[in-house]
Amino acid sequence: MNFLIILLCIILIAVIIVQIGKVSELASSIRGEEAAERDSNNWSARLLLAFLPIFLIGCIASAIYYYPYMLGYGPHESASVHGLELDHLFNITLVVTGIVFILTHIALFWFSYKYAAKEGQKAAFISHDNTLEIVWTVVPAITMAYLVINGLIVWNNTMADVDPGEDIVEVEAVASQFLWELRHPGKDKVLGARDYKLINALNPLGQDWRDEKNIDDFIMDTLFLPVDKKVRVRITAKDVLHNFYLPHFRVKMDAVPGIPTYFVFTPDKTTEEYRQGLKEYGGMWLEPADPEEPDGPRRWETFEYELACAELCGRGHYSMHKFVRVVPQEEYEAWLNRVEQTSYYLNNVRGKKNDPHKGKQLDIEKRFYEIEAAAAEEVAAPPVTQEPTTQEATAVEVVKDSVVVIENAH
Amino acid sequence: MAAVKYTEEEELLILEEGHDPHFHDHHHGDDKYRMSFISHYIFSMDHKMIAKQFLVTGMFWGIMGGLMSLVFRLQLGFPEESLAWLKPVLGKWITISETGVGSLDPEFYYALVTIHGTVIVFFVLTAGLSGTFSNLLIPLQCGARDMASPFLNMLSYWFFFLAGVVMFASLFLSTGPFSGGWTAYPPLSALPQAMSGSGAGMTLWAVSIILFVVSVLLGGVNYITTVLNMRTKGMSMFRLPLTIWAFFITAIIGLLSFPVLFSGVLLLIFDRAIGTSFYLSDIYIGGQALDYVGGSPILYQHLFWFLGHPEVYIIILPAMGIVSEVLSVNSRKPIFGYKAMVYSIAAIAFLSFIVWAHHMFMSGVNPFISNFFVLFTLIIAVPSAVKVFNWISTLYKGNIRFTNAMLFAIGFVSMFISGGLTGIFLGNSAIDIQLHDTYFVVAHFHIVMGVAAFFGMFSGVYHWYPKMFGRFMNPVLGKIHFWVTMIGAYAIFWPMHYTGMAGVPRRYYRFDSFEAFSYFGEINQFITIAAVVVFAAQVLFIINFFYSIWNGKKQTTVNPWGATTLEWTTPIEPGHGNWPGAIPVVHRWAYDYGKDGRDFIPQTEPLGENESESH
Ligand code: HEM
Ligand SMILES: [Cu+2]
Ligand SMILES: [Cu+2]
Repeated sequence: MNFLIILLCIILIAVIIVQIGKVSELASSIRGEEAAERDSNNWSARLLLAFLPIFLIGCIASAIYYYPYMLGYGPHESASVHGLELDHLFNITLVVTGIVFILTHIALFWFSYKYAAKEGQKAAFISHDNTLEIVWTVVPAITMAYLVINGLIVWNNTMADVDPGEDIVEVEAVASQFLWELRHPGKDKVLGARDYKLINALNPLGQDWRDEKNIDDFIMDTLFLPVDKKVRVRITAKDVLHNFYLPHFRVKMDAVPGIPTYFVFTPDKTTEEYRQGLKEYGGMWLEPADPEEPDGPRRWETFEYELACAELCGRGHYSMHKFVRVVPQEEYEAWLNRVEQTSYYLNNVRGKKNDPHKGKQLDIEKRFYEIEAAAAEEVAAPPVTQEPTTQEATAVEVVKDSVVVIENAH
Repeated sequence: MAAVKYTEEEELLILEEGHDPHFHDHHHGDDKYRMSFISHYIFSMDHKMIAKQFLVTGMFWGIMGGLMSLVFRLQLGFPEESLAWLKPVLGKWITISETGVGSLDPEFYYALVTIHGTVIVFFVLTAGLSGTFSNLLIPLQCGARDMASPFLNMLSYWFFFLAGVVMFASLFLSTGPFSGGWTAYPPLSALPQAMSGSGAGMTLWAVSIILFVVSVLLGGVNYITTVLNMRTKGMSMFRLPLTIWAFFITAIIGLLSFPVLFSGVLLLIFDRAIGTSFYLSDIYIGGQALDYVGGSPILYQHLFWFLGHPEVYIIILPAMGIVSEVLSVNSRKPIFGYKAMVYSIAAIAFLSFIVWAHHMFMSGVNPFISNFFVLFTLIIAVPSAVKVFNWISTLYKGNIRFTNAMLFAIGFVSMFISGGLTGIFLGNSAIDIQLHDTYFVVAHFHIVMGVAAFFGMFSGVYHWYPKMFGRFMNPVLGKIHFWVTMIGAYAIFWPMHYTGMAGVPRRYYRFDSFEAFSYFGEINQFITIAAVVVFAAQVLFIINFFYSIWNGKKQTTVNPWGATTLEWTTPIEPGHGNWPGAIPVVHRWAYDYGKDGRDFIPQTEPLGENESESH
């Protein structure tokens, strides 16, 4: 019904407009074509002139209105070292292009108005001007050279791989339709080997258990990173292209099946620091996070860094969502100690038929017993309360699920 | 304005008898080109009719593409509103939730985005723009009776038509049309299990693209041959109007780049159909590890963008040519820096072949390689800037007539500036880390390619409408069309820069799964409303177009715009063969406007005694 009404309205409007067209033609033939044409020409000239300030003011005003969301402005600060350089480069480009944008638009619309046809006016015969043309070839060329040089410096700094032996955190992001699996190398700091042919329900990443480096690797649901330390993300995909995208860190790289890629960056603000920044910024960040709960936590308190997918990968592309948490170094190490035991191998393969290390005493187990012993001693003392983090909860779930699968398999 | 070449008496004769009595003796206009209804309107070999066929087919696809964008914009702008009213049209692609809210199926959303992009890029802005105006103007402005091979020309249209039929058929598949983006990156496009649109939908998409490539190649060979070999006496290359230069170089780019797309798609078909591994390796999908090893999805991207980037210039160069011509004619001034314009077209064409990997900075290619592509990409901004400055200088000290064509030409320059400048951000790979695959890119290419090329096309249609139909389009409706489109297009695409800078990715069906992307509900509604308004203005254009074919104001003089070029020396409704008599001879370049105190001097007028030819 609504649809019909809308359709009727549209038809009506179309008819009216066509009538306007006809009437205008009639009017012009009554008034004399030339007079009508001159009139319409003047009108067009005025409208073009009016468009100029409205357009430019609109552009600038909207930019001011939205600047809190823009790259590097307001609370939208970069949370990584290279990100600051990148934002700076963005600003340089913004200034250069902004000037060109305004000047050329003023010239375009002002000339249109100024040189609109008038009675008795003759156009000048100007076919070219070599000096002028050389100037406006050379000036853009120099400007571009300036931008290229700046850009390439930032680019090569950003994309430089780590040096062998450098102390870094290596993690792996594995994309598949439609989720991210985040693998941490554990205490040995090295990721174990994988083979896509080994992937199955019991081995979601296809880890090769013969490789001892896999023993302490664990899969996380939130990417945990220490602040101010170089992170090298190894990025891979199981099925189709995806893209590892961390908007707050200015990180983006395709995940390609068969061709691992990487991105090296250094987070320089912990989640907590970023939250404080948002709080100081104020505005909407002081509003309640959940409008239904006016007394609940504020927006800035619930802020988390996010991981998204930025390469179309199928129907669920828009929902490949994970969090990133950046914490101080000490907290990071404490966390590492706690979650080491969620090692996928330890919980799902150890002692099973397919365990290649059967009967061997593993380092990780030794550490595990030490921790257990220490815990037994401290049994009387109150536990150091640390908020349970999401990834632990899920890690446990993964374990449970897998156990179920194992039981079914038997 | 009276044409110079004919006296009034002669003109009357031409109008009534359709031929030029001066050349009565050796006219070979009629017999060779006499036609029946079918050979006149359907399997026509007359370049002018083929041009109209390209135009009308392009318009059809323009409406289709526009409607698709409205549907997915409604979903993006108003995700909570019910789209159940579309159920009668879209059927199962509208899913109704328990609360009765109908929304677009995500997969169909992606299908709409994909087909929208494909048909607008290829069918509307390549075939509809270059196909229409190259066909119409190359013989007319070069002074030829038709294309070098009218038959290949006809085939070119029919291959395009077939490509359209296949694409259209894919809309009705039960698994849906292809939905992996207009760039069709494998493995998503190679594996039917990855997405339902990657099944039969992708097969038809690939077939359609291959038919389309054939069409472009047949057309291109013809355009190039005609420009090189069939110019009339006196028409040296540097006397050609810029339109012809643009079409000519466009055709060359097309000839060099489309075959690469052809091979890229062919290999994709092999991967899909006979199990080769050109693009596939190490894939685990749907609970199964596939056998493909050793292929590279990045290879496809190289092949695609080796066409893809030149393709954007295939789209924009003809628009640039049209705009150059229209600006000059309506400023009553020569185009400023004719030779610089020609050289910058050539420079852009050359550079367009060595910048393709700027679409792939984040795709996993070696970051070192990107250094070169950044350099070449930003160099392209230089000839682009030269063109802009020359257009603006053409207006300077002119005596400007704001026809609808002129308004759209001015709008084109504005759009090209706005969109070209954002290219400078994206071309710098470091900034592109953040902006790649965000709405910033969407804003960039819609303004610089989408809107600007449409403006060039509108400009051409309004300007050469009399040549096609012997009538004028209604100027008042045209002005409404212009202003609504100009303001509306900026209203749609300008705000996308802001969402892009905030990092919102493109090709997202919803934005609320991420906190960082969820703040733009308002902008998205605004954009959707603007899109509906702009679409309405295009409907107005279509009404004006068809209404004027039969009811528009009649053209009464052969040269209504007072232009120097040859197409305006033909009769008002030229028959097949264009000139009833001999083909006119050319004596000067195409831009003698305002020279020696005369409003304009046609190319057919010999140079005066002491006159020197000016460039
Ligand atoms: C100053 C000149 C230009 C520069 C430096 C430039 C640069 C770029 C870059 C680097 C990208 C890739 C962005 C990304 O995906 O991250 C891009 C995308 C694009 N550009 Fe331009 N561009 C320029 C002019 C043009 C022109 C004139 C057109 C068309 C007429 C155009 C059409 C496109 C299209 C269609 C895309 C996106 C394709 C896609 O990913 O779907 N660009 N441009
Ligand atoms: Cu994705
Ligand atoms: Cu490009």
